[in-house]
Amino acid sequence: MRRFVFSLAFAAAAAAGWMTPLPANAQGEVNVYTTREPKLIQPLFDLFTKETGIKVNSIFIEKGMAERVAAEGANSPADILMSVDIGNVLDSVARGVTQGVQSEALNAGVPAHLRDKDGHWFALSLRARLFYVSKDRVKDTALTYADLADPKWKGKVCIRSGQHPYNTALIAAYINHYGEEKAEAWLKGVKANLARRPAGGDREVARDILGGICDIGVGNSYYVGLMRGRQNEEQNKWGAAINVVLPTFPGGGTHVNISGASVAKNAPNKANAIKLLEFLVSPEAQAAYAKVNYEYPVRPGAQIDPIIAALGTLKTDEIDLRAIAKNRKLAAQLADKVGFDQ
Amino acid sequence: MTTSLLRAFRSSGTPGFTLATLLIATIVVSPVVALAYIASEGSGDLWPQLTAYVLPSAVANTAWLLAGVGILTGVIGVGTAWLVATANFPGRRLFDWALLLPLAIPTYILAYAYLDLLHPLGPIQSALRGLLGMTDPRALHFPELRSMGGAIFLLGFVLYPYVYLAARASFLMQNATALEAARMLGAGRGEVFFRIALPLARPAIVIGVTLALLEALNDIGATEFLGIRTLTIAIYSTWLNRSSLPGAAQISLFMLALVILLFLLERWARKGQRFSAAGKRAQPPARIPLKGPTAIAAMLACALPLAIGFVTPFVYLADQAIRKAITGGISASLLRETGNTLLFASIATGVTLLAGIVVAYAIRSDRSGFANPASRIASIGYAIPGTVLAVGLLWPLASFDNAIDAAFRQWFGIHTGLLISGSGAALVLAYTIRFLAVSVNGIEAGYAKISPNVDHAARSLGESSFGALRKIHLPMLRPALGAAAILVFVDCMKELPATLMLRPFGVETLATHIYAEAVRGTYEDGAIAAILIVLAGLLPVILLARISRNAIATP
Repeated sequence: MRRFVFSLAFAAAAAAGWMTPLPANAQGEVNVYTTREPKLIQPLFDLFTKETGIKVNSIFIEKGMAERVAAEGANSPADILMSVDIGNVLDSVARGVTQGVQSEALNAGVPAHLRDKDGHWFALSLRARLFYVSKDRVKDTALTYADLADPKWKGKVCIRSGQHPYNTALIAAYINHYGEEKAEAWLKGVKANLARRPAGGDREVARDILGGICDIGVGNSYYVGLMRGRQNEEQNKWGAAINVVLPTFPGGGTHVNISGASVAKNAPNKANAIKLLEFLVSPEAQAAYAKVNYEYPVRPGAQIDPIIAALGTLKTDEIDLRAIAKNRKLAAQLADKVGFDQ
Repeated sequence: MTTSLLRAFRSSGTPGFTLATLLIATIVVSPVVALAYIASEGSGDLWPQLTAYVLPSAVANTAWLLAGVGILTGVIGVGTAWLVATANFPGRRLFDWALLLPLAIPTYILAYAYLDLLHPLGPIQSALRGLLGMTDPRALHFPELRSMGGAIFLLGFVLYPYVYLAARASFLMQNATALEAARMLGAGRGEVFFRIALPLARPAIVIGVTLALLEALNDIGATEFLGIRTLTIAIYSTWLNRSSLPGAAQISLFMLALVILLFLLERWARKGQRFSAAGKRAQPPARIPLKGPTAIAAMLACALPLAIGFVTPFVYLADQAIRKAITGGISASLLRETGNTLLFASIATGVTLLAGIVVAYAIRSDRSGFANPASRIASIGYAIPGTVLAVGLLWPLASFDNAIDAAFRQWFGIHTGLLISGSGAALVLAYTIRFLAVSVNGIEAGYAKISPNVDHAARSLGESSFGALRKIHLPMLRPALGAAAILVFVDCMKELPATLMLRPFGVETLATHIYAEAVRGTYEDGAIAAILIVLAGLLPVILLARISRNAIATP
């Protein structure tokens, strides 16, 4: 028994040695905390490292990224905070874990309405919230978001959780256009049309359309590229089973959300962090964003991937993202009020 | 006040252990205190909304889920344990250990596997349609897995081993005399089970069901995939979508209060009943041989949970993983992640076990009245969802680290950085807090079999309390310690939410790897990592089966 206790103590000591924290930011490396799976943009980091010699480390913290950075305080190793959805981006700013940066290159690369005027956040890419419809069973190609509540879709709609940030932002945008009351009625209508419980991801919508569970569903634009463009026999079939509709709000615009980044307040390596951000909005990286991730670039004039371009010309909803983010709480509340996920 | 406290400690049999237990309880409670502090910041106008639209349905969903999972795990766990412990039928020796195998499968992996298998395009429905001559996937109406029934089904079949383990041990230890006496007095087999064996096994079964229910309550993987809005899910959406951490902390505390209330209710219901193992070694009853249809029925009853909870998802994962390995090979990072997973789980298991020994021994020998409540407090970590625990831990840990750093810089000019929250220590601490209840429960169950006379004898022969623990208890407790260690180890390996939030920069485990692949929609790539988790969990689980059998077979 004594030997057991000793070996345990030894193992603990050895492990403690192994587990001591890495020296943060060795040789000017940039540390990225991200709520978005970092392998998606790893090719871009690799490109940056190749060009500048600066190494990029990343950690995926889906929930509680801002909390962790706030708690780590002055000793936080985070240089850059990345997230998807305007609400999440603004949450980090509101949590006080970002700092304002001024950079000519960033201002030139990101249109003014897609960044903070004080430089606390910058959008890096755009994604549109679209309808996937069954190729075989749906003939409509011009649809509005409001149409989703049309009783003719009863039992035919698939969507992920009403509390997912992508849907929260869409509902918030709906409130901006139509007001709270109509938004609630719309949600009730959509809820009544659901073919199944709101769950899973956007790709499952296409898969369930192929599986005959539903005829129409809501999904982000880049998933279409991922399903159709990547080599994956199964998902290629899902992508082939759908037509993609760019739905509109009054005014003819389609709802768009962002992926964005901020420089962390206590960034140990601010200079290189800014360098990385500047690289990510450069024409080269923006084109890579579109190619690797099938997203819409933020930089005016950057190339869009052909698969995404084939979906049709995107006309972005004119309502400002910040205004949409303001309605986020109300949107989450409405989704709960109508029992959307029940 | 101080003197009376001191006197109380001195009069306790083992002041050191009582003090250590108090310290452990303090550490466990620190994230709860941090949560209470966060909650006290106030959630503004949020609470009326939550009580109007979120909490009623979340509480109802949670109640249904727990009721369903409780009944299902209870029926499967007790039923199979009774068969394996008291009857003889073909395959019994295999089922004896194999029924524990679902322990190796994390709930999120199980949900993935079944969502894929039971999809209209999946193999099961496709095969059914083929048999029925249907071509259109819409023609077949198959029950939807994304439902309360589906969630209860999946969680029930993967969590029943907690009940099986406890019930089997209890049935095997029951004194044959009582059961045989009942039978001689004319009681049928059913009557013996319901009137004698079941009531005697009740404390063990309650512990097993409690563990299963707390797993279900904190589950985020399966319930989220299936779209069941439990309290745990409501905590996340309040925090992330309504951007209200105070609101989320308030719901967490509310949930914790509910759990504690349930515990108290159960203890109250058991009040006045005393169960203790006979001083003498009990003779386990002879197994009743089953023949013909009864034997086949018993085999099926044991084979079904095993097939649903383990074999089906395992074969599915193995198939996916092999296909992936053939086309893409196995990446080097997977080996590193396997190493990380094993390392974190081993260290956390060691720490959790040591803490469990301290707490269990303090409960046993304490006379000051402090140890018992402190030990209950030390077990509440199991009732806190992983992410919430992680948020609660962040602040105490990081404040501690930053204070040390500031002090060292001022006095010695040394920069210590984030000692705990920046290293794997945070993760080990989180696992320990989360799973301490498992280790304390297991060790307490082991202690229940050691007569207090043993302690008195040791102490009156001049052994110190530590000596008694080291020389007498630990050797006798070895099987219980082994069983507790393995349960904790497997739990640590499967843990996802706290790992995702607290792991040090640049460190991935198998669980976080699988989650990242799932998020990216590249499920097939996650299959290899998933099968590695299951395989790494298999060996300990099989060991567990052996230990728990030997513990009962040899006095």
